[in-house]
Amino acid sequence: MKVWFSLLAVIILALTAWVGVEILHLNTLFGIIIPYTAIAVFIGGFIIRVVRWGKSPVPFCITTTCGQQQSLPWIKQNKIENPTNTWGVIWRMVLEVTLFRSLFRNTKTEKIEDKLVFGSAQWLWFGSLVFHWSMLIILLRHLRFFLNPVPGLIIGLESLDSFLQIGVPLLYITDVLLVAALTYLFLRRVMIPNIKYISQIADYFPVLLLLGIAASGILGRYVYGVDVAAVKELTMSLVSFKPTTSTTIGTIFYIHIFLVSSLAVYFPCSKLMHAGGIFLSPTRNLANNSRIERYINPWNYEVEKHHYSEYEDEFRDKMRKVGLPLEKE
Amino acid sequence: MAKLPKKDELLQHKFDVPKTDWMDTPVEFKPGTYCYGAKAKNLEIVNFPNARDWSPEDEDWKLPEDWKGTIIEGISDYMSKYRSFRLFMDVCVRCGACADKCHFYMGTGDPKNMPVLRAELMRSIYKRYFTTSGKVFGRLAGARDLTEDVIKEWWYYFFQCTECRRCSVFCPYGIDQAEITIMGRELLNLLGLNTDWISGPVANCYIKGNHVGMEPQAIMSNIEFMIDDIETITGKRINPSFNRKGAEILFVAPSGDLFAEPGIFTCMGYLMLFEQLGLDYTMSTYASEGGNFGFFTSNEMAKRLNAKIYAEAKRLGVKWILGGECGHMWRLVNQYMDTWNGPADFLEEPISPITGTKFENAKSTKMVHITEFTADLIYHNKLKLDPSRNDHLRITYHDSCNTSRGMGLLEEPRYIINKVCNNFFEMPEETIREKTLCCGSGSGLNAGENMELRLRGGFPRANAVKYVQENHGVNVLANICALDRASFPSLMDYWVPGVEVMGVHELVANALVMDGEIERTLDLRCEPLPEKGVKSDV
Amino acid sequence: MYNSRKIIIGLVIFVLVAAFPFFINVGKTAQPLQLSLNTPTINQLEKKECIESADYMRANHMRMLNEWRDQVVREGNTVYTSSSGQKYEMSLENNCFQCHSNKSNFCDSCHTYSQVDPYCWDCHNGTKGAGLKQ
Repeated sequence: MKVWFSLLAVIILALTAWVGVEILHLNTLFGIIIPYTAIAVFIGGFIIRVVRWGKSPVPFCITTTCGQQQSLPWIKQNKIENPTNTWGVIWRMVLEVTLFRSLFRNTKTEKIEDKLVFGSAQWLWFGSLVFHWSMLIILLRHLRFFLNPVPGLIIGLESLDSFLQIGVPLLYITDVLLVAALTYLFLRRVMIPNIKYISQIADYFPVLLLLGIAASGILGRYVYGVDVAAVKELTMSLVSFKPTTSTTIGTIFYIHIFLVSSLAVYFPCSKLMHAGGIFLSPTRNLANNSRIERYINPWNYEVEKHHYSEYEDEFRDKMRKVGLPLEKE
Repeated sequence: MAKLPKKDELLQHKFDVPKTDWMDTPVEFKPGTYCYGAKAKNLEIVNFPNARDWSPEDEDWKLPEDWKGTIIEGISDYMSKYRSFRLFMDVCVRCGACADKCHFYMGTGDPKNMPVLRAELMRSIYKRYFTTSGKVFGRLAGARDLTEDVIKEWWYYFFQCTECRRCSVFCPYGIDQAEITIMGRELLNLLGLNTDWISGPVANCYIKGNHVGMEPQAIMSNIEFMIDDIETITGKRINPSFNRKGAEILFVAPSGDLFAEPGIFTCMGYLMLFEQLGLDYTMSTYASEGGNFGFFTSNEMAKRLNAKIYAEAKRLGVKWILGGECGHMWRLVNQYMDTWNGPADFLEEPISPITGTKFENAKSTKMVHITEFTADLIYHNKLKLDPSRNDHLRITYHDSCNTSRGMGLLEEPRYIINKVCNNFFEMPEETIREKTLCCGSGSGLNAGENMELRLRGGFPRANAVKYVQENHGVNVLANICALDRASFPSLMDYWVPGVEVMGVHELVANALVMDGEIERTLDLRCEPLPEKGVKSDV
Repeated sequence: MYNSRKIIIGLVIFVLVAAFPFFINVGKTAQPLQLSLNTPTINQLEKKECIESADYMRANHMRMLNEWRDQVVREGNTVYTSSSGQKYEMSLENNCFQCHSNKSNFCDSCHTYSQVDPYCWDCHNGTKGAGLKQ
């Protein structure tokens, strides 16, 4: 049900763009107004979400330590998994953000008769790493639509991505990888019973939306043959704030850009904010140095305590009997 | 205590899921898997709200009138105080990496024990009342209304989490179910919902200074008993000091070590070590608890209990504090104590009086872990050791959740064990160090009435112990945690009979050659030592 | 502990990255793509028409040329029948370049603009009748 609902939502979005452009000819709406709104919502929403997190303090130093602490000088500290200084934290975060270090640890627990068996389970790590890196490269590649002249770095990246020289236009390896990884991430959600059990519309929808974006992009490039020069004229006019529409671009492009806009709007109000959240995660971005330096809780307040004097008052006789020293005889 | 099910009955579960969506699957209070409700008198002692006697089996939990408003306000309040709370509510992508990392899930197969779903019990409420999507789309957005059944479900499952943080190690965003459980328990405490096993010790600790409720004379007589045993074993009468002003070091142990077997053997170990060193130390009957069940109720309660340690150190005028073998005590000393009750500017930076080593890593808290202290002694050859006295023991070591994932104390105890024993075997890699598996009884779950749950939660750990028992003939599970020592004996008897539970300092004291001692024939448990040159029979 | 400074720096970086194309291009005039049809042959044509419609050619010429190459080299077909029924020789050199003799102002300007690097030019010089590169 949740899957079908999400799929339906993506299809409706795609149809909206198709009807809007193909039938109603709302090129200005779909080519200019919606993309502008989407990027504004994306950036504004992202900031609002991060600021909202930032407004709450991190009252305690709750690092999750995943290695040996700094201790006696002859005991080797794990400076990355259990950092005591900023450099260690930076390394830890870099590994986490770029290589998904924690996910790499993943194991699979199986129960065979009366025994538990731990096996390696790196597919999730691999799938997500492939997805995220492909996504990044594809985003960078898209800069060719937003920069004129196109910088050499982007040109190099693009020729690297298409070095297999398959088909016309040349096939991008990341297109294939992205679709494969997304398909894997989707299939594991619907096929592994436990993962299906925890999955929600909020999980299916973004995967399917991304697949929709990839599909419309791929169709535009490889099947329908979108006039890229015209697309670039449109995108350049957008980023230089002198928007013009074009009628020569195929509808598939408008579907693509509408789905992307939908994603941009959806992003800040969804779990996709993990992209920003990971940097703020207190179990990862804090050094485990709270015994070395006092960590300050801004809302630390005085609490009611049971003082020694009250304790002694209650137990004075008993303490005297067993010879314990007393404050007041 | 209910009659315990047979082993194979306990292991019937599979890692599958019910037919109904989790939101439509009502919580079922299975006997043996939950604790008694908190008693009115214990909540009253610490001024907690809605103190009344109640039982989880009752239909009516006697919630206060505006309980719903209290919870929603509470969530809002804690979100403004804890970034972790809001962040962890927001960023989970439900990738499922944590799902099979929880010992309670592995032991029960109950999908609501997958950390992701346990968090979702809270997240669904957060979404409903604090996010636009949840307010507008409701269930489509994964939100649900706050009802009494939700509160019951929270109570059931947030007291089926030992705050062990294993899920947090595997989470790509470091989402820590312990944080969510902590918030959940804070909220439940606003309604007077706790367990008897937690609120009792909290009240005890607040008034009497320790969880088990020993009054000063009881502590002294227990110590007397240990001193007698030490004299039998070593021929030496030792004289520990209590509440003594002007000592150099205040020693704080978990009260379990002062109270019952096998903790008292560890305590004897501390005492013998200190005696041999001639350490200028004292213990306190007022701050006679290193552990802190307050942490399993609310942040404020934890701070109230923890405050005694610094207060007593100040009153007695010691230079620094040494802490015993305890798990969550050290999570708190490492990550909370200084923040709560510091700065400890009335103390000095800890220096070992024996080796002169400066404990740089405790510069601010001024509190040193006893395995750091002892490892330093051994490294500098300050102890005369005869590891062959432990030759009848084949040892494996259980990393406590809190010292591993909330501190990183991994090598110190291993170094010590390797120096005081000849037969040490590690459990499989996926079950030790930062990936260590919980005893299943932490965070105040070590009651009797929930024994089935504890057995299930302890099963993954026992499974690993069984592995080293079968492969290496292991007969001792060493540890540095009073809760381990309290809970493992019954777990081992059930799952891996023949494995005893020992604190690291029991092993140290077995091997420790004390000045002027008689020739040892007994170990700390007053059992005969192996004859010289005879290997254990495995 | 709020770490406000770090969060603000992070957000500034985020905005700079996310809106990078806007920052780079703001104030610049978006230069419309100029394709020059100013060649002697085209100037002499009465009806300025390519072999298919201009829109179709803009989007699909690469596919057409690719197809032509396969047809000529592998199948030996050399004649292309357009949608209007006209017949043309399938040849870049002898057909396309007859009219579009201004590679740098026609082919290149668009290719550079949209950053495509066709491997046609690995062999073809881009001038009519010049034959293949050696």
